[in-house]
Amino acid sequence: MVSKYLHQRGYWAVEKAIEIHNLTKRYKDVCAVENLNLSIENGEIFGFLGPNGAGKTTTIRALTGLAKPTSGSVSVCGFNVASEPEKVKRVIGVVQQHFTFDLDLNLRENMELHARLHHIPKNIRRQRIDELLEFVSLTKQSERLVEDLSGGMKKAAMIARALLHQPKIIFLDEPTVGLDVQIRRRMWDLIRKLSRSGTTIFLTTHYIEEAEALCSRVGIVNQGHLIALGSPSELRGQVGLATVEMLVGGEYTRYEHFVDRQEALAYMQCLPSDVKAVVRDSSLEDVFVKLTGKKVEADGDA
Amino acid sequence: MLETLQDIGTVVWVDLRFLRRNLTKTMALTLIAPVLYLLAFGYGLGRGTLVEGYSYLDFVIPGIIALTAMTTAFNTSGLKLHVDRLFYKCFDETLMAPVSPFSIIVGKALIGVVRGLMSSAAILAVALAFSPLPTMNLLFPLSLVLTCFAFSFLGVIVALLAKTHQDMTLFMSLVILPMSFLSGTFFSLSQVPDALIAVLYASPLTHACLCLRASALGQPFPWLSLAVLMLFGAAFFGLCFVALKKAIR
Repeated sequence: MVSKYLHQRGYWAVEKAIEIHNLTKRYKDVCAVENLNLSIENGEIFGFLGPNGAGKTTTIRALTGLAKPTSGSVSVCGFNVASEPEKVKRVIGVVQQHFTFDLDLNLRENMELHARLHHIPKNIRRQRIDELLEFVSLTKQSERLVEDLSGGMKKAAMIARALLHQPKIIFLDEPTVGLDVQIRRRMWDLIRKLSRSGTTIFLTTHYIEEAEALCSRVGIVNQGHLIALGSPSELRGQVGLATVEMLVGGEYTRYEHFVDRQEALAYMQCLPSDVKAVVRDSSLEDVFVKLTGKKVEADGDA
Repeated sequence: MLETLQDIGTVVWVDLRFLRRNLTKTMALTLIAPVLYLLAFGYGLGRGTLVEGYSYLDFVIPGIIALTAMTTAFNTSGLKLHVDRLFYKCFDETLMAPVSPFSIIVGKALIGVVRGLMSSAAILAVALAFSPLPTMNLLFPLSLVLTCFAFSFLGVIVALLAKTHQDMTLFMSLVILPMSFLSGTFFSLSQVPDALIAVLYASPLTHACLCLRASALGQPFPWLSLAVLMLFGAAFFGLCFVALKKAIR
């Protein structure tokens, strides 16, 4: 109790980067997030995974003050989002899923607007904008209208903009959706670079390989509920480290998960000869499908 | 305090930037309708007619200025915020910045005031070429600024509450358009039957018109109308905060 009080006041020395207590968010009759509890340490790259409509974006909106929770509380860097919104806003950087530029302005003006809104002193504003545009290789595009930039450039610019005020925590909502593979990989390097500099990263994605490549810990949400939480290897361990992938009758694929390769191989021995099968390491994707696909499977069987 | 002023400056800076880039287009756009009114009602229809002892042209000019101030202020602040919120989605960035609701609301309303005053000044310049107004005192600009603020705040409210672009046009057709014709802009309130008068007095534009006309034509100034106009402005300003809260859903 006392620690919670101190926490909310920001007196606690080692506060968590993000704390979510019993967060519920309902829109009319739809429950986007239900009773979510989660805490994220400083310096983590946390991945929030889930199918479309699972409640990932809603959670970010609640954490960044863009949506008011129906019940429960969220705090960021020890500041309660509901009661101390301006303190929270100073320490977070947000890259939303969609583009949020003023399309009447050019790239530099958009950056400058953000810098001004975050009270970056005039004498260092220009220098910091230049540095960050350089960081995402957009120096040449700075005087162009944002509308004329490619999707990848816009996304990179969104990230650069979110970093202007040197946030302690950065929220990335689907940072690489719709990007070319090469640009996606560059984006990953960028995220790693940020993490090394000490920034806590909260990212949502439905590219599982993205979470696998970047995150120290992932949470899987489905229909507003957190259904799994742990490091990618812990979660893989939960379904089994080895997977047998079978093509049955040349038509549909089946997956079986095993504790280790040995058991998987033993299983393969017993398969009828017309089933094509391979053994491979389980991936986060298997965890994801197994956990989020349950309902679909049940419906299919019925 | 200083930070609040700075934030207001930042919020309006963006819109001013756009205005500067599109100045000629913007001015042409806002001048068309009032110049048409001036020609049709003032010069064509009203030639030789006397209203309240003034030539119709003299009578109608303050009305057209009030009308211009209202529509320009409302449209400018309303449409820009509406686009920022629902189409560019860049209003989220302002909402996620450490800036107070007060600064956001005043900053977003200011562009409407700036453009409302610009257009009104332009109309005034055109009108003065047609007919020099008898007197003009400081109460005229004061009433004009108040009018612009009141309708700018109204634009902000509607833009914050609108869920689709149709909500915006609906409000304009249902409220702004009838108000522009039924607020003593084109006719004297003494010509209106008593039953309707009450309705006309419920329109903030009526009071804006009365103030502007009195100060332009040297009539006794309707201080009560100025107070009512202020009250409307204050109420719209207050409602902006409610609307901003509602915009965070």
